[in-house]
Amino acid sequence: MRLGPVLLSLGIMALAMPTSAQNPLVADLSEHQIQITTGFTGTDVLLFGTVASNSDVVVVVRGPAEDTTVWRKGRYAGIWVNDQRVVFDSVPSFYAVRSSAELGQIASDTVRARHSMGANYLRLRAKESSMSPAELETFRAGLIRNKRRQGLFTPEGEGISFLGGELFRTRLFFPANVPTGFYDIEVFMMREGRVEHAQTTPLIVSKAGLGADVFYFAHEYSALYGILAILLAAAAGALAAFVFRKN
Amino acid sequence: MNIYLPIAEISVNVFLLLGMGGGVGFLSGLFGVGGGFLMTPLLIFIGVAPAVAVATEANQIMAASVSGVLAHWRRGNVDFRMGAVLLLGGTLGSVSGVWLFTLLRGLGQLDLVISLCYVVLLGAVGTLMFVESTRALFRRRRQTDVRRKLHQHHWMHGLPFKMRFRKSKLYISALLPILIGFVVGILAAIMGVGGGFIMVPAMIYLLGMPTSVVVGTSLFQIIFVTATVTFLQATENQTVDALLALILLTGGVIGAQIGTRVGTRLRGEQLRGLLALLVLGVCGKLFFDLVATPSDLFIIADNVGGH
Repeated sequence: MRLGPVLLSLGIMALAMPTSAQNPLVADLSEHQIQITTGFTGTDVLLFGTVASNSDVVVVVRGPAEDTTVWRKGRYAGIWVNDQRVVFDSVPSFYAVRSSAELGQIASDTVRARHSMGANYLRLRAKESSMSPAELETFRAGLIRNKRRQGLFTPEGEGISFLGGELFRTRLFFPANVPTGFYDIEVFMMREGRVEHAQTTPLIVSKAGLGADVFYFAHEYSALYGILAILLAAAAGALAAFVFRKN
Repeated sequence: MNIYLPIAEISVNVFLLLGMGGGVGFLSGLFGVGGGFLMTPLLIFIGVAPAVAVATEANQIMAASVSGVLAHWRRGNVDFRMGAVLLLGGTLGSVSGVWLFTLLRGLGQLDLVISLCYVVLLGAVGTLMFVESTRALFRRRRQTDVRRKLHQHHWMHGLPFKMRFRKSKLYISALLPILIGFVVGILAAIMGVGGGFIMVPAMIYLLGMPTSVVVGTSLFQIIFVTATVTFLQATENQTVDALLALILLTGGVIGAQIGTRVGTRLRGEQLRGLLALLVLGVCGKLFFDLVATPSDLFIIADNVGGH
């Protein structure tokens, strides 16, 4: 009766061992969870691993995808107003790419497009739009520019350092406004412009502590939250009136 | 020391927020105004999404008004009957205002409308106050005191649904206070202001209420209108940041106490003149942001609270 699980685990080991011996790419994060607490101001996560010698490494970090609206402002009667909009389909809310050498030298354009290596290679598709491709391109560029300004698309950087020929490490920075959700961190081992091995590591960004409770409460029990906010304000006002009554 | 605001979803220095609360509280104590019209633009300047700034300010103003009305109530300066009629209009106004707010947000034009409302109202109120206070300064110099009638009789005294307001010594149509309440309710929902700076002059000049009961009654009505707005914003848009409101009002309460004490040592016309300049300054900054060519013509629609 006990033999089943034992056999199963032996089988898994037998399966796992040869692949790990064949796969020269092993990578991991210093932590798999980022908690946004009340004192959160951004954090660094260390990504490290090994690859076969004489190969290059590319790391692509993508936050949860979401529809993103981009407005172009236009001037009406001297005032700048949101004029035309394009909604882009599943845009990564956060995006960063790192490489051990300049991306253009270690990956061909097709490879970059296939694996989204670089913001300009991201597949950003517009939902139902009658605009010309050239015009859409300005919206795409605007989207990337805005995301960079917000610190949510980090500029492509080399920033992966090798220790010896096989051990690599890089520091990934997540700013205070990092969106919550499930992140995919893809590590690619590159040789002669092609991807030879790839590995995906998950990272979870979530709110924690008091702030998380407040956020959850405000969204799930919004009526109760509204009433509590009112009671809190009334109590605070009454307390202030009481404390300063003598004066 | 930075603090992560759960609804606004940004990290801000807590002392900056306390300082802003204290500064605006000081001014509101000094000038006897609510301060929402200064705090909401300030919050937007430091990066809080306008939707969150407006809704949170409604919550904070409610607290400030509760503490203010208690002092007036003790002195018997609240006309509850008038307050209730204003409130009827105020509730209707705030419901329409929050509906409009949600609609504009969906259209992507909310930030524009908030800014435009501020520019128009602050510009108008600031100019009127400035003219009035400079005139008062000159009148004082010339020592010519013109005695005016208790209140003038206009067309509005012919409106139906007349009601007697004993405390205010008025017998007027209920439609007028309802209309004033309605307008102020919309402003509270869209601009995150109590609306005292509109309501007080309207009560004095349009309704002809005695000045002694005006402030207490206006505060009384503001409590309920801002409470309605807080509730509706929380349920409709999830944009009320209670933590932010709490920090702001902590600073605000202390600032207001200091402001009140300083205010008693200064002359009224000078105070009003200073306030007018301040209001015009905020108005000018907002106007400049509307007409100046933005550094990037493309922007991403913010979706705070919109998930």
